[in-house]
Amino acid sequence: MSFSQSFRLAVKSLATSKMRALLTMLGIIIGVAAVIIIISLGDGMNDMINSEFEKMGTNLLQVQIMGRGTAQNIGEEEMYALEDENPDCIAAMSPSVSSVATVKQGSETLSTTLTGVGEEYIAVKSLELSQGRFIQYIDTARMQDVCVIGSYVNEESFNGAGLGETLSINGNEYTIVGVLAEQADNTSYGGDNSVYIPYTNATRLNGNAVISQYLFTATSEDTNARAKAVIESRLEQFYGDDDYYMVISMSEMMDMMGNIQGTVMTVLVAIAAISLLVGGIGIMNIMLVSVTERTREIGIRKSLGAKGKDIRRQFIIEAGTTSVLGGIIGIVLGVSLAAVAGNIVGITAKASLSAILISTGVSLAVGVIFGYLPANKAAKLNPIDALRYE
Amino acid sequence: MIKFTDVYKIYQMGDTAVHALDGVSFEISDGEFVAIVGQSGSGKSTAMNIIGCLDVPTSGTYELAGVDVSTMDDDQQAVIRNKMLGFIFQQYNLIPTLNVLENVELPLLYGGMPASERRSRAMKALDMVGLSSKYRNRPNQLSGGQQQRVSIARALAGNPGVILADEPTGALDSRTGREVLSFLQQLNAAGHTIVLITHDNSIAVRAQRIIRLQDGRIIYDGDAHDPRAVVQPTESGAEEPAGFGEEDEA
Ligand SMILES: Nc1ncnc2c1ncn2[C@@H]1O[C@H](COP(=O)(O)OP(=O)(O)OP(=O)(O)O)[C@@H](O)[C@H]1O
Ligand SMILES: [Mg+2]
Repeated sequence: MSFSQSFRLAVKSLATSKMRALLTMLGIIIGVAAVIIIISLGDGMNDMINSEFEKMGTNLLQVQIMGRGTAQNIGEEEMYALEDENPDCIAAMSPSVSSVATVKQGSETLSTTLTGVGEEYIAVKSLELSQGRFIQYIDTARMQDVCVIGSYVNEESFNGAGLGETLSINGNEYTIVGVLAEQADNTSYGGDNSVYIPYTNATRLNGNAVISQYLFTATSEDTNARAKAVIESRLEQFYGDDDYYMVISMSEMMDMMGNIQGTVMTVLVAIAAISLLVGGIGIMNIMLVSVTERTREIGIRKSLGAKGKDIRRQFIIEAGTTSVLGGIIGIVLGVSLAAVAGNIVGITAKASLSAILISTGVSLAVGVIFGYLPANKAAKLNPIDALRYE
Repeated sequence: MIKFTDVYKIYQMGDTAVHALDGVSFEISDGEFVAIVGQSGSGKSTAMNIIGCLDVPTSGTYELAGVDVSTMDDDQQAVIRNKMLGFIFQQYNLIPTLNVLENVELPLLYGGMPASERRSRAMKALDMVGLSSKYRNRPNQLSGGQQQRVSIARALAGNPGVILADEPTGALDSRTGREVLSFLQQLNAAGHTIVLITHDNSIAVRAQRIIRLQDGRIIYDGDAHDPRAVVQPTESGAEEPAGFGEEDEA
């Protein structure tokens, strides 16, 4: 008997008891759907994280100075020196001082992020100007009262005509010398709701506190690690103890996040795969019942010349068909549920072709492996005992 | 040719041994129509299961067409069943989930015949029993007599040399029973060897030859028209006289 005939027989016997077939498949359906959902959402999340990192710049190195109380801390001169001494690996550097200050436009207080920056900040963060100019060396050196605003501030507070106007920061009037191009949907919570002033002014606003953050960019992906090493060795030389500072490389962070996410996904997929195992046992169970129920049929087939292998093949194909069908239903279910769930949490779910192919393969394997035992039991039945079975 | 030589079939039930066949020897030539008769429990079905390669003797040899089949492995026996033997059972034994045509096609399917030839052969067999119009029906949509005719069609579809019928009329009324019997006679006339099992003497006399079993032994083997073939030996007294079959009273 050929494969296609066995297959048609299997489909027919499934069709005669649809409810039972569906219940038999349930374990496989749930298992495959769970695996697909986890993989699609995981991949989608991975893409999202990567694109966030890329937005920040993968060559970005963030130096955090925790400081050591009253003792001398490293200053921006040393940091600028570091940049000048290592043009082969460091492309740009800027202090980044988050300040606490009240920003007002007329009588209205703005709730915005105020950051003190150096002239290279625009390069470090890959920002773009739409009008005017950015903070320049002269501004920081002379502590001039000038500022650059994000596109959201420009739209919301100045109706798009902020250039040349003034903002009041802690009571001082700052002239707006530049407006940045929109970078993140122009929302109040994105990077567009921001005001930049010279870092020297910002430190003064903070009561001449230590600058606790510097941002560097490496010249390329390849020099990332070297730039990090150079910065760390300078800091080590200064502080003699790595408790006082921290250098974070975005590309390292990205790799680390990728690893963590990969591990989490593996664990989740493994848990979901247990359901596939349970599904396989379900198939085996039903197949054993089916073999018992059809003992007489097996006897009849044997009396007509069916060999053990014909019977075995019939039942294995039946088990395989059941689980592959379950797998396909699971894939459809998984892909649609992942899309819905992705929509809700704001991730673009991505069902990869390989995930779908592997799921199909695994369900086929589950069916064949767990179908083998019942099929073999059927194949080994003695024709006369099977015929007499009531 | 079917040849039994000193065949025993012994079932061990606890510490008693049931001799279902107790040293049976006979030969059936090609083209014969033989009825195996005897009381219930005399060993008729046991003999037929061995002839049909569904069961093996405890001892003794069984040769079919000159080959000792009792020592063959399962797959070889399956091939013998497929090519050389056709079965007709009392309970029809059709597969309920397949339609009439598919049931008749089964032996051809296991014989590896291509689909189109299989279909035409099966339809021809159904034609012979007058059921080609019902080929798409399920067995449970047919009467008992029709189901038995389907099983006859199935038995002859592969054109086997030997057709084995175990109480083929047992579940039918006498008129349908006679119809089934006349099919067997037609097949015999066409050259098939027929082995018919019955405990009904009125049916047995339609054969050429009768083998009568009692307690696993042959007590008569000869011409069906010999009065001794149907008359029970006096010492037994348990069996009904000739022509008195319960199915025949309807
Ligand atoms: N599988 C078995 N296990 C034990 N004993 C068996 C088995 N099969 C048959 N027998 C015994 O063998 C003997 C012959 O049985 P068999 O079925 O051949 O009788 P039969 O002549 O066909 O009877 P009937 O006319 O009732 O069908 C009986 O005593 C029966 O109990
Ligand atoms: Mg019997």
